[in-house]
Amino acid sequence: MRGRPGLITSYRKDISLFRTGTQRLWLVVLLLVALWLPLWMPNDWLVPAGISLFAAIGAIGLNLVTGYAGQVSLGHAFFLGIGAYTASALSTVEGPGTRGLLAYGYDMIIWLPAAGLVAALLGVIVAPVALRLKGLYLAFVTLGLVFLGQHLFQSWRELTGGAGIGRRAAELSLLGFRFDEDGEVFGVFLSDTQKIYFLGFVLLVVMALVAKNLARSRIGRAFAAIRDRDIAAEIMGIDLTRYKVIAFAISSFYAGVAGALLFTVTGFLEPNAFNLELSIFYVAMVLIGGVATISGSIMGAVFVTMLPNLIDFVSDYLPYDPATGPLNTGQLEAILFGLLIVVFLIFEPLGLYGLWIRIRNYWKAWPFSY
Amino acid sequence: MTQFLQATVNGLSLAAVYALIAIGFVVIYKSTQVLSFAQPALVLTGAYFVSYFAFSLGWNFWLGLGLAIAIAVFLGLFVERTALRPMIGKPVFSVAILTIGLDIAIRTVINDLIGVDFRGVGSPWLGQWDWGGAVVRHAQVATVVITVVLVVGVVAFFRYSRLGLAMRAAAFDQEVALAQGISVAVVFAVAWGMAGGLAAVAGMLIGTSFAGVSAGSAFVALKALPAIVVGGIDSLPGAVVGSLIVGLAEAYAATYQAGNFDFLGANFSQVVPWLVMFIVLLVRPYGLFGTKEVERV
Repeated sequence: MRGRPGLITSYRKDISLFRTGTQRLWLVVLLLVALWLPLWMPNDWLVPAGISLFAAIGAIGLNLVTGYAGQVSLGHAFFLGIGAYTASALSTVEGPGTRGLLAYGYDMIIWLPAAGLVAALLGVIVAPVALRLKGLYLAFVTLGLVFLGQHLFQSWRELTGGAGIGRRAAELSLLGFRFDEDGEVFGVFLSDTQKIYFLGFVLLVVMALVAKNLARSRIGRAFAAIRDRDIAAEIMGIDLTRYKVIAFAISSFYAGVAGALLFTVTGFLEPNAFNLELSIFYVAMVLIGGVATISGSIMGAVFVTMLPNLIDFVSDYLPYDPATGPLNTGQLEAILFGLLIVVFLIFEPLGLYGLWIRIRNYWKAWPFSY
Repeated sequence: MTQFLQATVNGLSLAAVYALIAIGFVVIYKSTQVLSFAQPALVLTGAYFVSYFAFSLGWNFWLGLGLAIAIAVFLGLFVERTALRPMIGKPVFSVAILTIGLDIAIRTVINDLIGVDFRGVGSPWLGQWDWGGAVVRHAQVATVVITVVLVVGVVAFFRYSRLGLAMRAAAFDQEVALAQGISVAVVFAVAWGMAGGLAAVAGMLIGTSFAGVSAGSAFVALKALPAIVVGGIDSLPGAVVGSLIVGLAEAYAATYQAGNFDFLGANFSQVVPWLVMFIVLLVRPYGLFGTKEVERV
């Protein structure tokens, strides 16, 4: 076995979390690097890095329903919004600043799971539509969901504060421990952004592990069967209704948790944020990262969220300067973002994950071409 | 009654704009099996260039429109050749997402050109008539007339011309069409060029019927999506009927919701098209006229 990592001799091994010891070793190294980064990173990199960890949770959710179960959803922004507002309403403490907004003043230990559960509940409500519709028609319905959701968020002032006004995002206070304030943890001084990063890191590791395990369980295999051919799956005895509902529920749960946390970094929620663009961002994370891969979802989320920083970084070394040129950084980012989707779909449908596989295979066989 | 008449007039002109965009969608979908989310970008491109030639430069309106159509057609052809040709045979959804990517890239450039203000389009239809208390703007009539002419033209093209026949054949079965000597590449190009041209006209009409061209015009174009879904994404008559339903529903909602159904929130009419789409899809999963997908086991 040693030295032949491609050799798989049992089904159990094929679906195991890590096939080789090397993989395990590298994962540990990667995790250590991820833990070491925030200790020296400047804040303008650390803030998007923290956001990208939360976004990765949402991207994993979308990948579960779209990548694994094959149910195309452009409505992720809606579920993110549901999570964000549930969390905000549950967390806000009634006071003079609440201006008649819904405020219950619960702790993070309540609002975080609640945000996921409420979103999951809505996912269950939407899922029956997916039973009747397939492919593009499903994409349309989920697209419509974003518009209806946005209208709901704009109109329901008690919950959202209304368009243009908004409300504060949920408060990151876990059993009295504040993540959004500087302070000492076990004798080490950490800034608020560092604390948020570590929170995101822990949550992401847990959620990713759960998702990875889910994907290789009975449920995950049922998802894959439905994606590959729903009729064949049904004939094999997979209950389509049951598993499509499960797919939407789990995906929405992840989206709800991600939505609840995403905006805590900036601290502010505005109904117009949950638009089609946000949905497309998540679809792009999944596509750029790698469809039906957990590691790909994380890579995609980090890449897409850090894109503005990357562009800033790269533009120092390019002859084109966004500060003086006709297109500013934001526009450049949008164009690059659009073109990246196009380029990845044409040249590397497996996304960053596919690129990684290619690089790995190249070095595996090095110095031979195959 | 006057209110009803007014709402109907507004609805019809809105429906006409949706119909033009919707037909572009359907033509592309039928002949290339691609659902193009890039249509709003083409609409915006057309609208911007009409505005640029006829308004900013002050050229003759029709000349400007012609040039804008030419640019949009070229853009459609360019997009098809560079981005969509390599994707032939790939999953429908991947291609749809690819067009979203294109849409973002193109729209960002055009939005930068448009700037933050509404731009006029320099159209010759500025007056209005009074029909029994209802205000009918010349632009609205022009919208309906132009749409009817173009729709009839497109239908006639598909029914009577050789190329139209070829396109119908390719829509039916690409491989069989190839075997009959039809150049599917030409069919694809024509479909995208046609959609580009129709989008440019629709963009101009959005500019004339609303306050002008702005970055938000793309959202008007996006509302043609529920229209084609209501009609069924592969049906030309469906696109027209769907546009009528969606446009009228939106206009009636805009007129009657305020005061009667205030709890639905301000600007509720903007989401009515999507709501109509939900209801229709729940009852008929393939739209009103869409071909039901037959699956072989």
